[in-house]
Amino acid sequence: MEAAHAHTPGYGHDDHDAHKPSGIKRWVMSTNHKDIGTMYLWFSFSMFLVGGVMALIIRSELFQPGLQIVQPDFFNSMITYHGLIMVFGAIMPAFVGFANWLIPMQVGAPDMAFPRMNNLSFWLLPPAALLLIVAQFMPGGGAGVGWTLYAPLSTQAGPAMDLTIFAIHILGMSSIMGSINIITTILNMRAPGMTLMKMPLFCWTWLITAYLLVAVMPVLAGAVTMTLTDRHFGTHFFNAAGGGDPVLYQHIFWFFGHPEVYIIAIPAFGVVSQVIPAFSRKPLFGYASMVYATASIAILSFMVWAHHMYTAGMPVEAQLYFMYATVLIAVPTGVKVFNWVATMWRGSLTFETPMLFALGFLFLFTLGGFTGLVLSIVPVDVQLHDTYYVVAHFHYVMVAGALFSAFAGIYFWLPKWTGRMYNETLGKWHFWLSLIFFNVTFFVQHFLGLAGMPRRIPDYALQFAEFNAISSIGAWGFGLAQLLFLYIVIKTITSGEKAPEKPWEGADSLEWTHLPTPAPWHSFETPPVVK
Amino acid sequence: MKNERANRRMMTRLSIFAVAMFGFGFALVPFYEKICEVTGINNLIKPAAEVVNTQVDKSRWVTMEFDANAHGLDWDFKPVQRSVRVHPGEMIQVEFDVRNNGSTAIVGQAIPSYGPKHAAPYVKKMECFCFKQQPLQVGEGKRMPVQFILDSTLPADVNTITLSYTFFEVKGAPVAQAKSGGKG
Repeated sequence: MEAAHAHTPGYGHDDHDAHKPSGIKRWVMSTNHKDIGTMYLWFSFSMFLVGGVMALIIRSELFQPGLQIVQPDFFNSMITYHGLIMVFGAIMPAFVGFANWLIPMQVGAPDMAFPRMNNLSFWLLPPAALLLIVAQFMPGGGAGVGWTLYAPLSTQAGPAMDLTIFAIHILGMSSIMGSINIITTILNMRAPGMTLMKMPLFCWTWLITAYLLVAVMPVLAGAVTMTLTDRHFGTHFFNAAGGGDPVLYQHIFWFFGHPEVYIIAIPAFGVVSQVIPAFSRKPLFGYASMVYATASIAILSFMVWAHHMYTAGMPVEAQLYFMYATVLIAVPTGVKVFNWVATMWRGSLTFETPMLFALGFLFLFTLGGFTGLVLSIVPVDVQLHDTYYVVAHFHYVMVAGALFSAFAGIYFWLPKWTGRMYNETLGKWHFWLSLIFFNVTFFVQHFLGLAGMPRRIPDYALQFAEFNAISSIGAWGFGLAQLLFLYIVIKTITSGEKAPEKPWEGADSLEWTHLPTPAPWHSFETPPVVK
Repeated sequence: MKNERANRRMMTRLSIFAVAMFGFGFALVPFYEKICEVTGINNLIKPAAEVVNTQVDKSRWVTMEFDANAHGLDWDFKPVQRSVRVHPGEMIQVEFDVRNNGSTAIVGQAIPSYGPKHAAPYVKKMECFCFKQQPLQVGEGKRMPVQFILDSTLPADVNTITLSYTFFEVKGAPVAQAKSGGKG
């Protein structure tokens, strides 16, 4: 097996029988799931840096009370595009990148079901990102409406709002096409013997996520289309004066928005469910219950949207329903956390970087889930709504949850993808710096929220000064630590040590057991037989 | 290839599902309106269905304050009485004056809002200029009535209710009917 893989230094994973186009054509016209996956991951990382710079502008302004660095309008615009870019530009594409790289290998397929559509779904992303960035330079600046794009603010915002709406349309199309591709690959292209219940959990989580995406991205597209026609074509969906209702926007948005939270979280669960068993050297505990728990979370996610809008005005019966339904989600989530812990129980644990990130995920995601439970309680939420407590909550879920899991996945599969090992010492530095600075940034925001500091404001009362200063220092530390990650990845690709065939003893999915390292450009031209 | 045909069939099905979900987003609009209508949430600009407690509670006084604004319109809009003292259960009529000082004819829609917010369901409007769009020609003015009953189940801690109206422009509504309309 090994003889087939002579390596030229440089990016890529050359294989002896690959006929790939050279230069830029290889990427622009790519129909190869691995190349497209790579592009998704690089795109996602560059968006992560753009969104990160926006976050640092926000945190720098909040370092001290008063206005020092930016004006409120620009601050609002940063708040908006930081959210949009991180959600739609960084985290979602990162996991689509993982899906592209891994799903065909894990189910034993030669490639994705629709390789050309795959190319299109990737290449829709850069124009959408460009629209979001160009929006900053429109007359009146970026739309300072918050990532939720609530009416009536969004129906009154400047021309940047139109670019933002088009960007959302394009991102939605990209996600829907990507999801159709993933569902078809998983359902139709599995190798003989690879039954659904034998698939690695990562494939299961993506199958469920892809269904969520096809179900809710069109709803978001509908919501922003209504905003667009309200702005320009005289409709009154959200215009109270014309018989519409701005609260209607919130309902439609969160009908998309809550499943969206799980669209981000569920693939992260999938990655962690691959990493933890590998470093515990034990199969995943409770595989079937993991599948059912993931599916229940997905189904429940359609029934809880109004817990984001307890204060928007709704009958107490509805509040109670949404509260109980939300609390119910803790049950399948608890099953998952239990299973991860039980997987480690009496395992032969080692703590390489991927495992560290997975454990960081486990602790901090659980903490974020717990503050979510606190927020689901109506009387508490009425107090904490739109405070920094909410900001802390969802950053624990999005950053320490989804992002840490993505880091775990990158370190875990980087040897498989590039054929080279990352530097373990630097990886550990990256983990500890990220972990510490993440908590410095966001843990104190719980206190700010409990003390009543509202979110989305550029200035604040003096009593919040200390915690804000701490949080801002943490944010800079966290941001700089990510440059170390970039360095580690580039260093691995260009001059990393040659990776062993199977760097992780406990890894047991097809890409580790049936394919050489690095994975060849074309894998499984003849399907593997799975027993 | 057999596989390819199956893939295409799957893609068609999923695409139809996606298009249907796009439609579902729009279907939420009438659905939401229906829910609001049935549960009686948000019927601010529709006449109160039925006033159950018509017993006038002479033992109690509530102050109703009135406020009027025009959002982005060059309209002069104010209540004739700033406030009235009423008994719950009593039928009250007040009036508002509006004049278009701008240079174009405009159709306006008034949206009520209440302070405190939770008092809103207890103000039963029988007649209100906010039930209709109000077209105003340049320089035209009119006096518009609001007729309401305070429900006598109004919580005891509410002694003052502010009823505030804001006129918004209804873009794209035909102003030509201005002459015949506006009986309010």
